[in-house]
Amino acid sequence: MDFNQTDITQLHADLVAGKVTATELVEASLKRMDATEADVNAFVNRNDEAALKQAQALDAAGIKEDQLLAGIPLAVKDNILTQGLTTTASSKMLEHFTPVFDATVVEKLNQAGAINVGKTNLDEFAMGSSTETSYFGTTKNPWDLTRVPGGSSGGSAAAVAAGDVLGALGTDTGGSIRMPSAFNGVVGMKPTYGRVSRWGVIAFGSSFDQVGWITRTVKDNAILMSAISGQDDHDMTSSHQAVPDFAAGLDEASVKGLRIAVPKEYVSDAIDEDVREVIEAGLKHLESLGAIVDEVSLPHTKYGVPVYYILASSEASSNLQRFDGIRYGFRADDVKNLEDVYVKTRSEGFGEEVKRRIMLGTFSLSAGFYDAYFNKAAKVRRLIAQDFEKVFEDHDVIIGATGVSTAFKIGEDIDDPKKMYYNDILTVTANLAGVPAMSIPAGFSKKNGMPVGMQLIGKKYDEQTLYNTAYVFEQTTDAHNHHAKLGGDQ
Amino acid sequence: MLDWGYPGVLPTLNKGVVKAGIMAGLALHAEINPNMHFDRKNYFYPDNPKAYQITQSETPIAHDGWVEIEVDGKKKKIGIAEMHIEEDAGKNTHTGQYSYVDLNRQGTPLIEIVSKPDIASPDEAVAYLEALRQRIQFTGISDVKMEEGSMRVDTNISVRPYGAKEFGTKTEMKNINSFNYVRNALNFEQERHQKVLLAGGQIVQETRRYDEATKSTISMRTKEGSDDYRYFPEPDVPAVHVSDDWIAEITAEMPQMPGERRAHYVNDLGLTDYDAMVLTQTKEMSDFFEATVAEGADARKVANYLMNDVNSYLNTEHVDLPQTKLTPANLAGMIKLIDDGTISSKMAKKVFQGILQGEEPAEFAKKNGLVQLSDPAQLQPIVDEILANNPQSIEDFKNGKDRAVGFLVGQIMKQTKGTANPGVVNKLLMQALNAQ
Repeated sequence: MDFNQTDITQLHADLVAGKVTATELVEASLKRMDATEADVNAFVNRNDEAALKQAQALDAAGIKEDQLLAGIPLAVKDNILTQGLTTTASSKMLEHFTPVFDATVVEKLNQAGAINVGKTNLDEFAMGSSTETSYFGTTKNPWDLTRVPGGSSGGSAAAVAAGDVLGALGTDTGGSIRMPSAFNGVVGMKPTYGRVSRWGVIAFGSSFDQVGWITRTVKDNAILMSAISGQDDHDMTSSHQAVPDFAAGLDEASVKGLRIAVPKEYVSDAIDEDVREVIEAGLKHLESLGAIVDEVSLPHTKYGVPVYYILASSEASSNLQRFDGIRYGFRADDVKNLEDVYVKTRSEGFGEEVKRRIMLGTFSLSAGFYDAYFNKAAKVRRLIAQDFEKVFEDHDVIIGATGVSTAFKIGEDIDDPKKMYYNDILTVTANLAGVPAMSIPAGFSKKNGMPVGMQLIGKKYDEQTLYNTAYVFEQTTDAHNHHAKLGGDQ
Repeated sequence: MLDWGYPGVLPTLNKGVVKAGIMAGLALHAEINPNMHFDRKNYFYPDNPKAYQITQSETPIAHDGWVEIEVDGKKKKIGIAEMHIEEDAGKNTHTGQYSYVDLNRQGTPLIEIVSKPDIASPDEAVAYLEALRQRIQFTGISDVKMEEGSMRVDTNISVRPYGAKEFGTKTEMKNINSFNYVRNALNFEQERHQKVLLAGGQIVQETRRYDEATKSTISMRTKEGSDDYRYFPEPDVPAVHVSDDWIAEITAEMPQMPGERRAHYVNDLGLTDYDAMVLTQTKEMSDFFEATVAEGADARKVANYLMNDVNSYLNTEHVDLPQTKLTPANLAGMIKLIDDGTISSKMAKKVFQGILQGEEPAEFAKKNGLVQLSDPAQLQPIVDEILANNPQSIEDFKNGKDRAVGFLVGQIMKQTKGTANPGVVNKLLMQALNAQ
């Protein structure tokens, strides 16, 4: 069983027809993990036993035609709560933390019969662009083990690229689904803010965080996104917007007459030439299919990174205060009083990057600095959102590169936070504006052969246009047919 | 569900608390804020498991209200600066070398009401608290019981020389347990401030604790500048818009406030000002009174019963009206039995004991032989019999000895085991005697 040669629709048909069993699918997934994990380290925690048990139960009951996700092996980013299964956020702070409930997205997958084979690695508390800040070691890029997989959902993207699973849940606060998807040559969707419930997702930047999927194919992504979307009474920011069956109309999708906006800020000199070449070729290809490509400006893009790092870090500094060593998680030894518990636990339990962002956020919210930092950033956030609204008045989709470069080398940027943050320049603005955005494989760098991701940004709650465009692109190009060679692959 | 700052858990705003806040705002003549959001107040403390409290620092649900108080016959308005919704914290207790945190009330909503610096004496402070408690209680949104923590009080006090424009340095006392303690604590603090200032000293801005045993206040912690709570808009709770329609709907549903009720009792039901005041001390009593009157009982008699027999029962038993088995229907039933002569006021004492236990008064009276004999046709033969057996008394009556009547009535009551209606007996007896 090679997950790179199939998809959910095919596997479902085979399961219903009895050509394959859920147990065989899970076994294939676990076997692939056995072959690749020593190199890739995509998972923090495997769920072998429970996954096999669940598969056997499904096989015993029989999988019916309306159970599209039943028996499909998937992975879950390790900042999403799974009842009874350790959820670490890749932090020492939660190394042994076993949640008492499932996140809403996990509950929905369980009800659909999907099988969680393991929890994927991330930058600690999703703070990072490379998984290098994980307490459990860096995930390697399956295409080149000396390179990062991107972050923070690097484990999820690497697991899909390595062929361990067909799809993995990620979270995206400033690009954490899209950037690793681009670096790993897979499909990643960050839906509209409010599309998916955040209940049970360990909060980073509450007004930015969204759960989404990383998959090999566009159609699988669309299928899985419909399964986890929708209003949730437990999350007041989740929307009542109707959830379409995103995959339903894909086969008839077309880009004829599609009005594509290309922000000049997204194809500027700031972007590596090898990336730019691939994106420009991709745009030409869409044009050849009947799309209308138009250059526009998102003038506040240049403020995106500082504004994002101020606001998301401010929210994080507050969200992460609950990790104090009192009720759960890590607690420092040798404490003499309450303040010791707080200070030592947090000093020892958090890694450098998390502490840096807590400091940045705390500073931005402090009396005397609030107006100059948090408040000003909140104002610029509205300007950035207005940039998008203006472009969407007469365009259907914005397209550009996902990252400024292809996957960089492990260790290359980790000691230079500003350089690391700058990698997010093309992705943070979608989170600031709350609009949906996805990354799809666009081709490969002529310089290093690494995958290049093309970013598609849409109007709020218009993920459908992104899926349609992505599907047409995927079906008429070749990039998605190439896969990383690992574990003795030919 | 318990809020203990668990990872992945999100808050939800209870629509009920927004409505309760609007009701409290209307009851305190405040302006309702149509657009509000919530903010986070960040601080580390064991009673605060998320290390932030969701509150409203920028857009309180209501602002600029007032309540009227009366102290020494003088009426005065005390301003309300603002009222905001926030989540309650846990409860810390310290025993020996251990501290315990009870998170059962953590995350439940409360409404904080902040007065303007209009209160000029400890007596005014208590009068303000009483007025506040009464009005809030009448809205029905809280039972406002200090002893159960459904009303809690933090007080601030400062003293300044006569004529000074600027307020003096204030001290704060948090979580005082009763109105009496509030008065005692403020009296102590007022004197302490005066002594310090008259001796040329300075008051330190600080939080103090009131100790009832010594009737004094003790320094807890000094505030060096203000804490930095790093407030920012709560991202997990969307902003709330309160429509004019909703406010109008709530206004229409608002229960009558004590003042309106008092006016109704005096003007329409014929009660005295004093009675009306006593009956509107609590919403429970006032509601009970109105329900009993609605059952058709005479308002003044209902008032008498509630203020005397019922109140003394509540006081001896240390219970509140809703905890008893007394119902408005049964109290009204008993009063009607007295009015139509079915039971005597003496019998009523026994029937009252019955209805306190939830008995239906007419049934209880019948079951216990407490029904008055009022039928002249039944009483006449008894009157005739007693007169026939007591010729001497008839003679005495004729000779102008009124005592004889009393003796004869007594004989009739004895014969009927006390069930005869004294009014009817008197009437029949006088008719018979005058006819002799």
